[in-house]
Amino acid sequence: MKLYEYQAKQVFASYGLPVPRGKAAETEDEVEAIAREIGGRVVIKAQVHVGGRGKAGGVKLADSPAAAREIGRQMVGMSLKGFLVKQVLVEQALPIEKEYYLSFTLDRDSQHIIGICSAMGGVDIEEVAASHPDKIVRMPVDIAFGPLDFQIRDFVGSACLDATRSREIGTIIKKLYEVYVSTDASLVEINPLVVTADGQVIAADAKFDVDDNAMFRQKALAVYADASEEDELEAEAHRRGLTYVHLGGDIGMIGNGAGLCMNTLDIINQAGGKPANFLDIGGGARADVVRNALDMVLLDPAVRAILINIFGGITRGDEVARGILEATATLDVRVPIIVRMAGTEAEAGLKLLDGSKLIPSAAAPEGARKAVELARKAA
Amino acid sequence: MSILVDNSTKVVVQGITGREGSFHTGQMRLFGTNVVAGVTPGKGGGEHEGVPLFDSVAEAVARTGANASAIFVPPPFAADAILEAVAAGVPLVSCITEGIPILDMVRVARYMKGSDTRLIGPNCPGITTPGGKCKIGIMPNMLFSVGNVGLISRSGTLTYEVVDALTRAGLGQTTCIGIGGDPIIGTKHLDALQLFDKDSDTRVTVMIGEIGGSDEEMAAEFLQGSKMKAVGFISGRNAPPGKRMGHAGAIISGSTGTAAGKIAALEKAGVPVAGTLEEIIPLVKQELGA
Repeated sequence: MKLYEYQAKQVFASYGLPVPRGKAAETEDEVEAIAREIGGRVVIKAQVHVGGRGKAGGVKLADSPAAAREIGRQMVGMSLKGFLVKQVLVEQALPIEKEYYLSFTLDRDSQHIIGICSAMGGVDIEEVAASHPDKIVRMPVDIAFGPLDFQIRDFVGSACLDATRSREIGTIIKKLYEVYVSTDASLVEINPLVVTADGQVIAADAKFDVDDNAMFRQKALAVYADASEEDELEAEAHRRGLTYVHLGGDIGMIGNGAGLCMNTLDIINQAGGKPANFLDIGGGARADVVRNALDMVLLDPAVRAILINIFGGITRGDEVARGILEATATLDVRVPIIVRMAGTEAEAGLKLLDGSKLIPSAAAPEGARKAVELARKAA
Repeated sequence: MSILVDNSTKVVVQGITGREGSFHTGQMRLFGTNVVAGVTPGKGGGEHEGVPLFDSVAEAVARTGANASAIFVPPPFAADAILEAVAAGVPLVSCITEGIPILDMVRVARYMKGSDTRLIGPNCPGITTPGGKCKIGIMPNMLFSVGNVGLISRSGTLTYEVVDALTRAGLGQTTCIGIGGDPIIGTKHLDALQLFDKDSDTRVTVMIGEIGGSDEEMAAEFLQGSKMKAVGFISGRNAPPGKRMGHAGAIISGSTGTAAGKIAALEKAGVPVAGTLEEIIPLVKQELGA
């Protein structure tokens, strides 16, 4: 789960991290009111899960509440790199002197949490990594101890961060790590971490991803779950408890198992098609699950054909076929459905589909070609 | 021959009285696996479908000599189940559970530092040696046949697809190992490859990778310097960056973890990479013949 900047800053602030004064707004009236309350120069920032907001026109300064209102009017409802801006964050503009980068994330290779910092903040860290790899400093953290004082001194020193502010920065590093482990984060990032003209160190931006697997014990973050889904279809799938990713093409895809589903997307692409979605129904294929999944895929108006790709393992193909038939019998299916089935009792399963509206296919590439062909006819 | 499990493997099932644990214990025994004990805290003393029950893994090991564990414990408690098996000195632990919080696994990895226990998974289908009639996990029983192909996979269903295709093509297997779809797993592609490399019966190893992380790249580096024969396959060529594709570990972060990068690394190492699942079989035959 990804939190918006304003949500991330709320959580960061609750752990004692310094963030600028500000509030989220959904209307120009709210933008103006918040700007007046803060006073002076404010910055208005579009709340979308996409990098490079500044260059795309999603971050703007205003010197008066009236100017803030005008920016709010333009920004709320605008499309930023394809994402609809529903909310903006209005906060005090900081007199920036230096911009640093600071984050904690998981290093899969070493199986450690690592801290990353750089004196080159305020720009895309991937770009810094490519152009100035020597300017990026990493600190592996032993989860049994957390970041140790000497490590933090090394970390801050090697990155050449402002030595006169090392105490404040050290405290921020410890607090940011505390956020990471206490909230089951998979990424906490401050970019830029700003040193202001009057010597304060403040998190001017915030990125915060939480491990979906840990949501059962992160009850306090659950309030952000619904509001954090950018894509309406993905939000609906989330409410239905389905593993769904919206991909924007016209071939709906349902499969059992993550690897098989990813591979099915590849097969659809190889057949010259564009998948509408990823949808993994997991092991087996009970009728209620298939029904829920099919219903979900059909909610996407772009879908012109559906490819169901099932490998019968422990669950037999004939049982899966019955599940699919039962599900389609109770749904208003407006597009052709191609079913590829392999594995245990696959032939018996495909036989059951004979005479139904479903189009059986013995091999996935062949099924994908059929789906692409039928989708083109419907276009 | 085989890797990790054979007919001397004695299995304790953690979470045996749960729905999944119970069902798959039955399936494992049908396959021929020697299931010697079950553990469900608070239910020790009795039996579950003919398998003696214990309150703790340590007790099960002391009483039955179990030397491998299969974990079917729900996600909130699964990391603790792994640690319990490690603490009891079980040499091989296979954790099937999907959905364990990542930080729990960071702690598990830390705890296991220097330990002799090998962990397979989590979020995996387990491990099967058809010749030794030993299956730990949830792979479907009927797919396997005995032969000289090793299989390593991050995906459960793709494991089944490939085993099924191998068997239909008359290509039996030494051992098939599902290493799991999570970002932190106990046995990576590289570890499994090294085990197969030492197995005299395994003549070709099929490695099924997917997007996310750099385990396939590390495996490619090893294969470049080895005489081992391998065939690669990578799923997720068309996955968008930043989206978790079902598996917690299947996510492209920035420029790392792309299918293109993994395929390039394998090809650079001289490993033939199949473009589709169907292409795996001819490539395996080609490597066997070469």
